[in-house]
Amino acid sequence: MSTHTEHQTQQGREPLDVNTPGLTRFDIVREGARRDDIEIVHYEPQVAPGTKAERRLVRLVAWFFLLAGLVGTAFLVIYIWWPWEYAPGRGSDKWYTPLLGVTLGLSLLGVGFGILTWGKKLLPKEVSIQDRHEGAVSEDNRTITGQTIVYMADEFGVKRRPLLGISLLAGLVPIGAVAAAPLVGGLISNPHKNNQMFTTGFAPAEGGQRIRLVREDGRPIRPADVSAGGQLTVFPGIEHGISNQHADSPTLLIHLRDEDAQESRRANERVGHGDYMWGNYAAFSKICTHAGCPASLYEQQTNRLLCPCHQSQFLITDNARPVFGPASRRLPQLPIEVDSEGFFVAKSDYTETIGPDFWERP
Amino acid sequence: MKRRKFDLAATPGKAAVGIDDRFKVATPLRGLLNKVFPDHWSFLLGEIALFSFIVLLLTGTFLTFFFEPSMTEVVYNGSYAPLRGTPMSAAYASSLDLSFEVRGGLVMRQMHHWAALLFMAAIVVHMLRIFFTGAFRKPREANWIIGSLLFWIGFLAGFTGYSLPDDGLSGTGLRIASGIMLSIPVIGSWLTSSIFGGEFPGTIIISRFFIAHVLLIPALLLALITVHLGLVFTQKHTQWPGPGRTNGNVVGERFFPRYALKQGGFFMIVFGVIALMGGLFQINPIWLFGPYEAWVVSAASQPDWYVMFLDGSTRLMPAWQIDIPLGDGYVIPPLFWPTVVLPGILVGLSTLYPFVEARHLKDYRTHHLLQRPRDVPARTAVGAMAVAFYLVLTLSGANDVIADKFQISLNAMTWAGRVGLLILPPLAYFVTYRICLGLQQHDREVLAHGVETGIIRRLPDGKFVEVHQPLSAQDHDGHGALEYTGWVVPKKMNRLGALGPAIRGFFYPIEKPVDAPVSPGHPPVEPRPERAEISSGSESRH
Repeated sequence: MSTHTEHQTQQGREPLDVNTPGLTRFDIVREGARRDDIEIVHYEPQVAPGTKAERRLVRLVAWFFLLAGLVGTAFLVIYIWWPWEYAPGRGSDKWYTPLLGVTLGLSLLGVGFGILTWGKKLLPKEVSIQDRHEGAVSEDNRTITGQTIVYMADEFGVKRRPLLGISLLAGLVPIGAVAAAPLVGGLISNPHKNNQMFTTGFAPAEGGQRIRLVREDGRPIRPADVSAGGQLTVFPGIEHGISNQHADSPTLLIHLRDEDAQESRRANERVGHGDYMWGNYAAFSKICTHAGCPASLYEQQTNRLLCPCHQSQFLITDNARPVFGPASRRLPQLPIEVDSEGFFVAKSDYTETIGPDFWERP
Repeated sequence: MKRRKFDLAATPGKAAVGIDDRFKVATPLRGLLNKVFPDHWSFLLGEIALFSFIVLLLTGTFLTFFFEPSMTEVVYNGSYAPLRGTPMSAAYASSLDLSFEVRGGLVMRQMHHWAALLFMAAIVVHMLRIFFTGAFRKPREANWIIGSLLFWIGFLAGFTGYSLPDDGLSGTGLRIASGIMLSIPVIGSWLTSSIFGGEFPGTIIISRFFIAHVLLIPALLLALITVHLGLVFTQKHTQWPGPGRTNGNVVGERFFPRYALKQGGFFMIVFGVIALMGGLFQINPIWLFGPYEAWVVSAASQPDWYVMFLDGSTRLMPAWQIDIPLGDGYVIPPLFWPTVVLPGILVGLSTLYPFVEARHLKDYRTHHLLQRPRDVPARTAVGAMAVAFYLVLTLSGANDVIADKFQISLNAMTWAGRVGLLILPPLAYFVTYRICLGLQQHDREVLAHGVETGIIRRLPDGKFVEVHQPLSAQDHDGHGALEYTGWVVPKKMNRLGALGPAIRGFFYPIEKPVDAPVSPGHPPVEPRPERAEISSGSESRH
């Protein structure tokens, strides 16, 4: 069925009686389209029925669907019978996920291309023109709707009785607050509870007991454990000191070489931290003062500590002053010494605030 | 009672009448079936986002059956040997179990992640299409705003999603997020403490992110996508200018059946591609990152691609700290500007753009015809500027990897990014503007003088000229009378039907090239061979 019709304006067109005998189904379809202001101006099958071209396309679509079914079955077989449980090494279980992905993907692609070919190549092509009714908005309707709304407002009479409006507003504001209160009230949490933003796990225990510096496995550290030029991540030797409960406490203990240590000590003295180092050892917070990542890439040659997240660089021998990148504040230094048993302890807690900066940091 | 004869053929008709008696659907359904959509490849970009979203809902629901959103500490004892005996959060342990102990869990997890990346990519590309063709103009401003909100909500969906496994990489991201919240003046510490339920990381953030990721954000996305599509439906799709196309009509295909069928096929293809990617390409191998520990990070810790531009802006920001000497002293940290202020400005600029442009051009009319980017050089150039800005930031988000792979100084990369961020956008504006003008000029030239044929003629005075094929009757100056209509101007002879189509085939010709009557050196023209499917008996493929 091939139809070419002139696009004509719909105004004044007599609607077709769809019960007229002798109308084809397409006539009814076209009449329906016209009632929605659509004119089908071009409609023709892409392949003539019964031709070789049609049979070939039908076969192609069928192949796509059969391929989808075949690969889909392969997916099920693999899903059920392939050895899937993870085992170390290069076992066949490593092929499980790729095989599932490939079979699932190919079967979906088979369905997809089948449907697409069916739609694109076998269904009749058409060009239809639908009216947008631009500028056809009835001024009357606008007036009626507008006046109705204004009339409704008049019926309320808020203009004549202002007290109603004011009292309603005064009543609704607290109601709105009531709705928000449980959410805000439940979630809100004081950041300064127990002075938590300004203390770390190194704060001396009750009774002034100094906190030991320990390794990841909880063992305390002797000066001889860190060779010159070396560094070690240390934690407060308290319960959960190594866990994320004390995410602000990880500290880098650095054994500086002689000349670097002298420079570092002079820098310490300049800012009144003269007694923060112990021998050639210095300890700095590992939590970057920029965004809180661990600043953990230590370059021995330059004594710079680099944060891998945003590349802030801190010069250890100058009180860990930020020398490049977005950080604006030096890494706090932990005052350390060695206790009577020969292990490193923190003399006191950090004297500066750990971690990312915030508004009320003094 | 006489038993009525059962007429099978009449059953569907009767059922339809019965349904319409009760639900009155025939009239609205007619309108739905009769809906014309214009067709162009660039209108399918938003569809990719929609289809990815459906895949996200499907795979995501599967994942929730196995994921445990809890930060309770457990000791891993699963089949992945390197982590056995490691204390970790239940969230991380269940994500590992999803990957190793659940049959087909890994392919689902990877499909979910790939679908998320594709969702965001499709949104961005779709937005670029809308922007550069002017599809955001009146009456579609609201849909433009909804679209740009969808990007930011999708961004949040992605961030909350990849934070859930609580692995070493995502925990670092979460810590940066807490740092960003802390940096907000006045309320920063209260906000962070309220969201994390105390000091970072606390014990509640994963379950809060979980409910946001699986309920609140998807519900918001679904609602906005529904409104987005509803508006496209009622406002009718924009169309390119062309023969018979006006601002007052839609020229295309009715939605049913062919257009809808093609959409269905396209959905299956998007789904299939995501499945292939989920199976073949590893993504976010959380077992390699280990559990989150506050003191562990590795170089090249990069977020998902759509977050990288903010990572880049954070890296490029100079260390400008603002001290306010009141009382004990207050601080605005440098982190605040690139991570809170910049996104705020971007949201504001993108949502306001349609109104700014309308005001600038004093154009308050309704537009349903798209514009070719070259025809609006100022807008196209502004868009190119935005793209340049975005690309510099995104590349800077990977500047440590670039520095490492290409042996460049890291600090040089940062400085290149800082300088590039200031210089490249204006440069992109200027270059794009000139290119647009050049393309416009060329369109007009072809309309006036015709298509270049490639035939060079020597005039009696020795001068060489190229022969042009005029597109219309010419006046006495040799100028054509065609007006530019805002659509493609043919610029090659074979576009006019004067030459056969170009030779098909990528690596080698898959059909005999048609001899072209171009220049005297070529062999004579033969009639084109008949196409195989028309001729009978020459069928050799089956």
